[in-house]
Amino acid sequence: MKVRMTVNDKTEEHDVEDRQLLVHFIRETVGLTGTNIGCDTSSCGACTVLLDGESVKSCTVLAAQADGCAITTIEGLANSDGTLHPVQQAFHEHHGLQCGYCTPGMVMAAVSLIAEHGQLTEAEVREGLEGNLCRCTGYHNIVKAVLAASGSEVHA
Amino acid sequence: MADAGSILGNAVMRLEDPELLTGAGRYVHDLESPGAARVVFVRSSIAHGLLRSVDVDGARGMPGVVAVYHAGGDDLGLMPFQSFPMLAESFNRPVFARDRVRFVGDIVAAVVAETGPQAVDAAEAVVVEIDPLPVVVSQEAALASEAPLLFPDHGSNVCFATSFGEDEDPLEGAEVVAEVAMVSQRLAGVPMESNGCLMVPGDPPAGITCWISHQAPHSVQPALVGVLGLEPEAVRVVCPWVGGGFGPKAAVYVEFLVAAAAALQLSRPVKWVETRSEDMVALVQGRDYVMNAKLGLTRDAKIVGLDANVVASGGAYPALGAVLPMLTQMMVVGVYDIPKVRFQGATAVTNTTPVGAYRGAGRPEATQLIERVLDVAADQMGVDPAEIRRRNFLDPAAFPLTTITGGAYDSGEYAKALDAALVAAGYDELRSEQARRRAAGESVQLGIGVSAYVEVTAPLGLHTEYGAVEVHEDGTASMAVGTSSHGQGHHTAFAMVASDVLGIPMDKIRLVNSDTAAVPRGSGTLGSRSLQTAGNAVLAASQVVLVRARQIAAHELEASPDDIVVGEGGVHVAGMPGRTVLWEQVAAASRDASRLPPGLEPGPLRHEGDFDGTNSTFPFGAHVSVVDVDTETGKVTMRRHIAVDDCGRILNPLLVRGQQHGGIAQGAAQALFEWVQYDGDGNPLTTNLMDYAIPAASELPSFEASNTETDSPRNPLGAKGIGESGTIGSTPAIQNAVVDALSHLGVRHIDMPCTPERVWQAITDATREAQR
Repeated sequence: MKVRMTVNDKTEEHDVEDRQLLVHFIRETVGLTGTNIGCDTSSCGACTVLLDGESVKSCTVLAAQADGCAITTIEGLANSDGTLHPVQQAFHEHHGLQCGYCTPGMVMAAVSLIAEHGQLTEAEVREGLEGNLCRCTGYHNIVKAVLAASGSEVHA
Repeated sequence: MADAGSILGNAVMRLEDPELLTGAGRYVHDLESPGAARVVFVRSSIAHGLLRSVDVDGARGMPGVVAVYHAGGDDLGLMPFQSFPMLAESFNRPVFARDRVRFVGDIVAAVVAETGPQAVDAAEAVVVEIDPLPVVVSQEAALASEAPLLFPDHGSNVCFATSFGEDEDPLEGAEVVAEVAMVSQRLAGVPMESNGCLMVPGDPPAGITCWISHQAPHSVQPALVGVLGLEPEAVRVVCPWVGGGFGPKAAVYVEFLVAAAAALQLSRPVKWVETRSEDMVALVQGRDYVMNAKLGLTRDAKIVGLDANVVASGGAYPALGAVLPMLTQMMVVGVYDIPKVRFQGATAVTNTTPVGAYRGAGRPEATQLIERVLDVAADQMGVDPAEIRRRNFLDPAAFPLTTITGGAYDSGEYAKALDAALVAAGYDELRSEQARRRAAGESVQLGIGVSAYVEVTAPLGLHTEYGAVEVHEDGTASMAVGTSSHGQGHHTAFAMVASDVLGIPMDKIRLVNSDTAAVPRGSGTLGSRSLQTAGNAVLAASQVVLVRARQIAAHELEASPDDIVVGEGGVHVAGMPGRTVLWEQVAAASRDASRLPPGLEPGPLRHEGDFDGTNSTFPFGAHVSVVDVDTETGKVTMRRHIAVDDCGRILNPLLVRGQQHGGIAQGAAQALFEWVQYDGDGNPLTTNLMDYAIPAASELPSFEASNTETDSPRNPLGAKGIGESGTIGSTPAIQNAVVDALSHLGVRHIDMPCTPERVWQAITDATREAQR
């Protein structure tokens, strides 16, 4: 079937298989590989993107279901002049990433969390990100980065 | 310490981040190659059985199918594969199961098709007939008399054994004996990026380029060379960005061999993308020890001797994991002065996923063994857990020393780390709070767990490494190393070292690694070895490059090389920065015989060498875990975790802290959450991330990590490894904390993971026992 949506403000119109997941559409059809796949049970959140501004695990959505929607992936987050989005910048400053594989999903989830709640507490960040798994950082610096990006003060 | 003004020791942000933060970094799964076919493996769903037939006819006719391989048909000529050289060849793994399958996940066939979905569909159409055999799931079952044999030709399920001090009773003369039987349960590594590869034939001509998600490309390359029958230069192995490794990605996978052989046979690229559920049976797993420890002490809590016994599971085809009891044996005395030790270790093959290295690899088991039995002794004797440790620490004045079990410890100040951890924790206040809750009979009790550890980094002879540094004619520099970064931040760390010597800004220094065509040799990144080996190789090479640069500049400036110093953008005579010879000029002059002083040969401004640390290094530290244990539900909540880890002199505290945090989380994961489980028929029960509970942010606290710094004398950077310390130190501290919370109720031990069910059961059992 034919689907049409915007991905990072660019219109994408493609014929897709009925069974194609949004994450495969993004990675294979559109060719944006920043969005990663880390499991096959919608547990890890590595594939998190924004769908009409809200975070969604793109492995839980069929490409067909996203017809007519606006998708934002990690590639669409930084400014066109290359300046990092505040959440990306906070991850950099607080060493919120190591291997980087969970990072795109984690950043997108954090962007959505902050957009929804504004300034966050540590407990809110930890609860809010529980659908995104990281194996490298122990979450400590991710939490710090998200707190900082939300405008909260952070300690060591 | 580094000189004033030096970049070393500073929290420098990572050079790696911008690419990874914007989704520009490419992992193996992201790579495409024109015309690439996809391979999907047909795996045994039976843990142990005789392979009766493999019918691939249906699969061959499916849309898009290019080839089907299996032992009864085209097997690509692949010979049985030896996973680790120390093990008997009778345990070699047939790449495609021949007469027998030995674990759920054993490869029966491989299907290559035009697309991934087509390969998956065709793999479903392969019909496999297996007659089930009796299954051996645990190592104890494998060692029982009359146990079914996995390899009847070998005649035994024992694949490795090690022992020490067999003849003597180490507990002789002990006034008190503490004993505990414990388990270090099987764990899965779960790098967020699962395994995978893209094999591209014809590049180099008549050869192949193998893109793999790996920690040690130079270890995979010879395996591929041997199997494919090509010349070494015809096989290039490259790792692009790698989404975590944690040890399992240091193993050579037969899937790589199949994909590469198929790519050569078909003359087209072949890609393998492992799914998570496949990863949970195919990627080597970790730990899986059953242990027993008896500790003899005097009445004043001085250790007299240790009697330890460990039995490990090697899984179906023994690999590196099978020999890890060797490391456990070496490290079993930990940070303590133990006069007598008896250690017996054995590894058995079982009908389970093969066991390899996983963050800690042999040392968490050793640390758990000694740290648990010490706590049992402390509890039994009414001595504070911190005090019993202090009474038995090795004397810092005795370093370097070789322990009774052969650990050649370089440096250590164990009491210093413990004291720092106790102060940071507010230990005495915590004990008061615990006493208050106990007296009040509160339903949520406080547990305080202590561990003191020493571990070995760059172990097993992995203390040498290749490194090269070159300054180019555009004024930039590059570093080539035989380690293979996959999240550790090596570009940043090594660039700090080179920049400190040469004064070239870090962002003008490139890292070349993880490519056998660009780096002649290397042992990869594992065993927390990279900074102490490759970091020092970069340091040495930078220094030699600087010597040459000073000679060249001195010739140009008609000065003495001794007077030449590093300055902005180049080198100059001390005190005369106005006449700087820029790096661009030095690099150009280096190749120009007419611009060189007598005795220097023209050539690149480059040096390469192999750094030899002469031996491993031995990081150490102390952790304090603070947990709440709900005695009504058994639920354990981590309140605080205090870690003082000493990894020698610190190059970049930002990176060190990151390793500590990640290590603590994985240690906590073993103590409280994770456990690879099988049913009685050998069916894995934890094959996805819903059933295998790696912790989320909501299940962990922030950590209180700090350091003491005790230089290693074995390398100029004074560095020891930090990758695994967090895991090694945290696991027994947390387990000790859980037991400590309940010791007043009579609970003496709870096996990991300390799940609510197990904790609740332990409380119930202890309460019943007390009422008898």
